Amino acid sequence: MKAMPQALLQIRDLTCRYLPEKGKPVVALDDLSLSINCGEVVGILGESGSGKSSLAAAVMRLLPTSAECHGSVFFEEQDLLAMYEPGLRRVRGRSISLIPQDPASSLNPVVRVDTQISEVLRAHLRLDRGERKKRVLQLLQEVGFDDPERIASCYPHQLSGGQRQRIVIAQAIACRPALVIADEPTSKLDPPLQAQILTLMSEISRRHGTTLLWITHDPATLAGFADRIAVMHQGRIVEDGSTTMVLRRPVHSYTRKLVGLSHEFALDSSHAVDGVVHAN
Amino acid sequence: MVCAANGVSFEIPGGKTLGLVGSSGSGKSTVARCITRVEKPDAGEIWMGNIDIARLGSRELRPVRAEVQMIFQDPSTSMNPRMSAAEIIEEPLLIQNRGTRDERLSHAAELMKEVGLSADWLPRRVTEFSGGQLQRIAIARALALGPKFLVLDEALSGLDLSTQSDITDLLRNLQAAHSLTYLLISHDLGLVARLAGLIAIMSAGRIVEKGPTGEIISNPTQPETRVLVAAAERFRTALAQAKGASA
Repeated sequence: MKAMPQALLQIRDLTCRYLPEKGKPVVALDDLSLSINCGEVVGILGESGSGKSSLAAAVMRLLPTSAECHGSVFFEEQDLLAMYEPGLRRVRGRSISLIPQDPASSLNPVVRVDTQISEVLRAHLRLDRGERKKRVLQLLQEVGFDDPERIASCYPHQLSGGQRQRIVIAQAIACRPALVIADEPTSKLDPPLQAQILTLMSEISRRHGTTLLWITHDPATLAGFADRIAVMHQGRIVEDGSTTMVLRRPVHSYTRKLVGLSHEFALDSSHAVDGVVHAN
Repeated sequence: MVCAANGVSFEIPGGKTLGLVGSSGSGKSTVARCITRVEKPDAGEIWMGNIDIARLGSRELRPVRAEVQMIFQDPSTSMNPRMSAAEIIEEPLLIQNRGTRDERLSHAAELMKEVGLSADWLPRRVTEFSGGQLQRIAIARALALGPKFLVLDEALSGLDLSTQSDITDLLRNLQAAHSLTYLLISHDLGLVARLAGLIAIMSAGRIVEKGPTGEIISNPTQPETRVLVAAAERFRTALAQAKGASA
């Protein structure tokens, strides 16, 4: 079965099960299909246990060895599920990269920032030392640092949480991948910082045509950021539509519940009453 | 030398909630750690009723520690994963030498039920619970010694919205049932607005604005407050601007 030419990523009938040593297999992804076009910013919306992180891991072929997958994941017309490790290593970090949830645990605390970004370049691109150094500074500037030279020589613990997240983003975009998958990268950051990171990613996507798959439990993150939202529940996609449609006129009961909660938690300063603020 | 908290002053009436809001690095957690005397403040007073706990020595602090409890952001780092729910909840009772073994277990069972979990789950290990369930256990642990004052340091950050909603309801009910006073520390203004009648905005170690929540949010006078309100209103403004294919 060949993939359709316009789609960058085509997931077809993907089923993934975790097979524990004891007990029954757990179905993480259940016959899931999703098609993503070049340059799109797609939000994957779901709560814990919906399978959203398993989806990211399945696409990157980073599920544990005890997991079993069926179906196909076409990326640039190659089925990633049919590929072996050497081929996958050329894809990961180069054509598809991952921004994980917790930047602190994905940065090496004893290695300088410039070395950590450089590592990604060395793994995939043929650049000499001078070109790599230049590229590292360019990337640091691109992710919003005004003083890239100083940041380059820092260690992760010398930077704030928001700055560390920007370093991880610099690593993720270093080789100009066609697809960046982000797994809840802003859920622990404060709202102004969250907004900055989303603006940064929008610019990067616009400037380089990078396709983004943004995984989150919070509909508010996707408003004004994603073009499209696919809602996940119990390993399946239960709703898939433009952001406007999904957030303004959700159809599936689960989507309605999530969007409803977002409205409840949303701040509306024009409706402040007697010391308690109501969003409705 | 960094001054993490500088001249911070506020009051929380008994049985009420004060929200302490600010961006990362504003000093909110430092204030929390001083109030719970995890750290000793360099200067200032912290009055609980008619005792200034800022200057007390460790022996004098012991009874105070039962009155003030803290709930932390990430239960996976504030709980020993090898312990069972029963051991987690009983630990404060053991430390303060309260009750016999049977009394402790029975108290733990009552607390589990009070936070909406089944007492049958007491023997289960921390690793077997979800994030939301662990925060409920953290609340049960915090209530074990019958405190009057709870400090919630980003206790709801990162949880699913439905879990946040359920735990917010739980906290409200517990506050009413036990006349608890809360200091709610959060960078999420929307969440704070749902629970706190009073609010104080922190920036770079100082309190820049404070007062009734509704007033501060609808008429912020300080730029830092305006930034926080604008960021918290992003959902509403983004929906109004309608991104994506037109309907």
